[in-house]
Amino acid sequence: MNVLKLDKLSKTYATGDTALNQVSFEVPAGQVLGLIGPSGAGKSTLIRCINRLVEPTAGSITLGGTDLAQLQGAALRRARRRIGMIFQEYALVERLTVMENVLSGRLGYVSLWRSFLRRYSPDDVSKAFSLLEQVGLSQHYNKRADALSGGQRQRVGIARALEQDPELLLVDEPTASLDPKTSRQIMRLIGDACRERHLPAIINIHDVMLAQQFTDRIIGLRAGEVVFDGPPSGLTDEVLTRIYGDEDWTRMRGEEAGADEPRTPAVDLAEGI
Amino acid sequence: MDQPSVHPVTWKRPPVLFTHTGWRRAIYAGALIYLVLAMQSIEVDWQRVYLGLDRGWKFVEGFLTPDFTTRWRDISEGLIESLTMTVTSTVAGILVSVPIGIGAARNLAPAPVYLFCRGIITLSRSFQEVIIAILLVAMFGFGPFAGFLTLAFASIGFLSKLLAEDIEACDRSQIEAIRATGASWWQVVNYAVQPQVMPRLVGLSLYRLDINFRESAVIGIVGAGGIGATLNTAIDRYEYDSAGAILIIIIAIVLVVEYSSSYIRRWVQ
Amino acid sequence: MTTNAPTPVWHYRTRKQTLLGWLGWFSLVALTVFCWQLMNENTIWAFVSDAPEQAADIGGRMFPPAWSYIDQLWEPLWDTINIATLGTLIGVAVAVPVAFLAANNTTPSRRFVRPLALLLIVTSRSINSLIWALLLVAVIGPGLLAGVIAIGLRSIGFIAKLLYEAIEEIDFNQVEAVRATGASGAQVIDYAIVPQILPAFWGISVFRWDINIRESTILGLVGAGGLGIQLSASLATLAWNQVAMIFVVILGTVIVSEWVSARVRQAVI
Ligand SMILES: Nc1ncnc2c1ncn2[C@@H]1O[C@H](COP(=O)(O)OP(=O)(O)O)[C@@H](O)[C@H]1O
Ligand SMILES: [Mg+2]
Repeated sequence: MNVLKLDKLSKTYATGDTALNQVSFEVPAGQVLGLIGPSGAGKSTLIRCINRLVEPTAGSITLGGTDLAQLQGAALRRARRRIGMIFQEYALVERLTVMENVLSGRLGYVSLWRSFLRRYSPDDVSKAFSLLEQVGLSQHYNKRADALSGGQRQRVGIARALEQDPELLLVDEPTASLDPKTSRQIMRLIGDACRERHLPAIINIHDVMLAQQFTDRIIGLRAGEVVFDGPPSGLTDEVLTRIYGDEDWTRMRGEEAGADEPRTPAVDLAEGI
Repeated sequence: MDQPSVHPVTWKRPPVLFTHTGWRRAIYAGALIYLVLAMQSIEVDWQRVYLGLDRGWKFVEGFLTPDFTTRWRDISEGLIESLTMTVTSTVAGILVSVPIGIGAARNLAPAPVYLFCRGIITLSRSFQEVIIAILLVAMFGFGPFAGFLTLAFASIGFLSKLLAEDIEACDRSQIEAIRATGASWWQVVNYAVQPQVMPRLVGLSLYRLDINFRESAVIGIVGAGGIGATLNTAIDRYEYDSAGAILIIIIAIVLVVEYSSSYIRRWVQ
Repeated sequence: MTTNAPTPVWHYRTRKQTLLGWLGWFSLVALTVFCWQLMNENTIWAFVSDAPEQAADIGGRMFPPAWSYIDQLWEPLWDTINIATLGTLIGVAVAVPVAFLAANNTTPSRRFVRPLALLLIVTSRSINSLIWALLLVAVIGPGLLAGVIAIGLRSIGFIAKLLYEAIEEIDFNQVEAVRATGASGAQVIDYAIVPQILPAFWGISVFRWDINIRESTILGLVGAGGLGIQLSASLATLAWNQVAMIFVVILGTVIVSEWVSARVRQAVI
C-alpha cells in the first residue's frame, strides 16, 4: 500500500529556476527513502512541496487519499499535522524550553487558547516525556533550546516531529551541521523510530555513505529530475557519476571504507559543484 | 527500554523572570495595586471630554482639509526659522562634539580630560530640550538664536556620547599598529580612528538632523522661535485647519529627511 | 588607487573624487552660512551680548534652591510618573498590533495595510508629545488625561518602529518549523515569533518608559499635568529658586528612571 504518491510534481521559482521537473514516485508504508543529489538538485524543494512550505507549480501529491497540492487554509493545516518534519539547522524555537518545542508538535491538534496557556492534554505531555527519554534527553526538558549542543538540538527536533504522531516523516539534511559520530547516531535514531512505528520517511541527505547504510531505497535527483531509483546496493560508480557528475568514486570510497570517525565526506565535495 | 517507565502527565513552564514564587506574587500584586492607584489619580471631567469630542472632530476635519494659504506668511516664517535652526545647530553640534567625543573616549584621552568631557555629556543629556530652551530664552531673549543654542547643546550630548562609544569600540590592533610606526597622537587619530568611525559619524549626524528638526517644532512653544510658535498660535486661536497644515508639513519634512538620510548613508558606506 | 602612468604616482583619491569632495564641503559651508544669516536676521544682538549678565542674575536667584518647596512637588511628581507609565502602556497596547501590520514578514497585505501602518508610525513619530499635549489640552481640556494620551500617541510610533524592525529580523526557519506542524497563524505568532522578539520588546518598552518620564516632566507647561504645571507657575512668577528646586527633582527622577530601565534591560537580554 502506498502512503505517498507524487505525480509529475514540478516547481519553478519566481526567479525562473526550475527546481523540480515532473518528478513522480511512490513511497510505500514503512519505507525509509533516501533522497540524494548534488547541491541545488531540488532535494529541499521536493520535501518542502510535500508539506507546502513551498507551493508546487504543477502536479499532485497524494497522501493517504488526499491531494495535498489542492488544500488551502484549515484543510492544509490539518494535512500538515499528519506530516512530521526535521530540519537541517534544527529550526528549534531557540528561546523556548525543550518541552515547549516538543509540545509544539501538537499545535495542529490543540486550540489556540490551550496552546497559549501551554495546557496540553495528559496524553500529549506523557508522550512528550517518553519521546524525550527515547532520544536521550529526559533530564533536559526544562532547559532552553539554545542551551543545548547541536546533536541534542537535533534530538529535540526529532522528538517534536514524532510528537505529531505523523503518517509521514520529512527529513531535510538532518546531519549537515553535525560531526560524523553524532551524524550516525542521529541517522540511527531516525531509522529506528521509523521502523518501530512502521513510519515512511523521505530523508534528504548529501552523504552517500550514510544514505546507503540507513535507508531502504535511494532516489537520485539531478537538476530537478529523477536519475536513479533503486536499492542502496544499486549505487554503483556509474550511477554516482550519473547523479553527481565525474569524480573518482572508487578512490573516495576506499578512503571511507570502515572508517567511522576520520572521514572525508565524499559527497561534501559534490556540494561545491 | 526494558521496563516501561511511567511519565508525568502534566508539565508547567518554569517561570522565566521571577523564579521565587513568593516574590513573583508580591511583584504582580504590587503592579496591580500601582495600576489601580495610578488610574485613580487621573481625574477625568467627562463633561469636558464630551464637549471636547466636538472640537476633536473639528481638528480631524482640519487635518483632512488643511489650510495652507490663510496663514502662509506665519507658516513660512516659522518654517524658515525651524529649518535654519536645524541646519546651523546640527553643524555647530558636530563641530563641538567631535573634540568632546574624542576627549570622552577612554582609549584616547587622559583621565582629567576624560572626566571633564563626560561631565559635559551628562549635563547635556540630563535635561529635556524644552527645559534648556526655557533657560536660554531667559538669557538670550526670544527668537531662533536661543533655539539654535538649545539644539546645539542637546546635539553635543547626543553626538559626543555615541561618538565616544564608537571610538572605544574601535579595533585596538589598528590603533596599536599605527602607534607602533611612531605616529604622534594626531596621526593616530587621523589614520587609525577616523577611518573607523567616519561612516558612523555621518549616519549619526543625519539622524541628529532629523531629531533637531522635530525638536525645533517644539521649543517654539516656550519662545525659542521656529514652527512651534506658529503652531501654538494656531491652536490657541482654534484655527485647526492651519494647525493641520503645519502638522502635515512637519510630517512631510520628517519623511523627506528620513528617506534622503538613508540614501546618503548608503552612499557613504 | 594607482594610475597606469609610466612612473606610478600614488594618489589618495582620483582627481574627480577630490573635486566632488571639495564641492560637497563647500556647499555644506555655504548652506550653513546662508542659514546662519537668514536665522539671525531678526536677532537683537544687544540681548545676546547681555546674556552673561542675565545668566549671572538668574543663577544668583536660583541659589539656594527653595528646598521646602518640595512639599508641594510630591503630588505633581506622582502624577508625572503616572502619566509616563500609563502613557507607555497605551503606546505598547497600540504599537504591538501596528508593528505586526507593518513588518514585511507578518503584514496581511504589503500593498495596502503596510503603507497605512507605516504612515501611522511616521505620523506618531514626527509629532512630539508636547505638541500632542497642546492639541489634546485644547480638545479635551487640561489635566492628566491629556498628558497620558499625548505620551501614548507619541510612544506608538517609537515602539512600533523598533518592534517591526525586530520582527523583520527574526529567524524564519523557526517560523517555518512551527508552521510545518500544522499550527494556525495565531499559534505561529505565539510559538515562533513572540519568543524571538520578546527581549527586544521589553528593551524597547522600558527604553520608551525612560524617555517618557523625561517628557512628562514638561507636559504641564501646556496644561497636561505633572511637574510642568508647577514649573510654569514658578516661571510665571519669576520664582527662580522654586524653578531650581523643580530642576533638582526632575534630575533625581531622571537618574532613577534611567537606572531602573538599565537594570530591566540587563535582566531581559
Ligand atoms: N526561495 C527560492 N527562490 C528561488 N530559487 C530557489 C529558492 N530556493 C531554491 N531555489 C533554487 O532551486 C534550485 C533547487 O534548490 P534546493 O531545492 O534548495 O536544492 P538542494 O536542497 O538539493 O540543494 C536551486 O537552483 C536553487 O537556486
Ligand atoms: Mg537543500
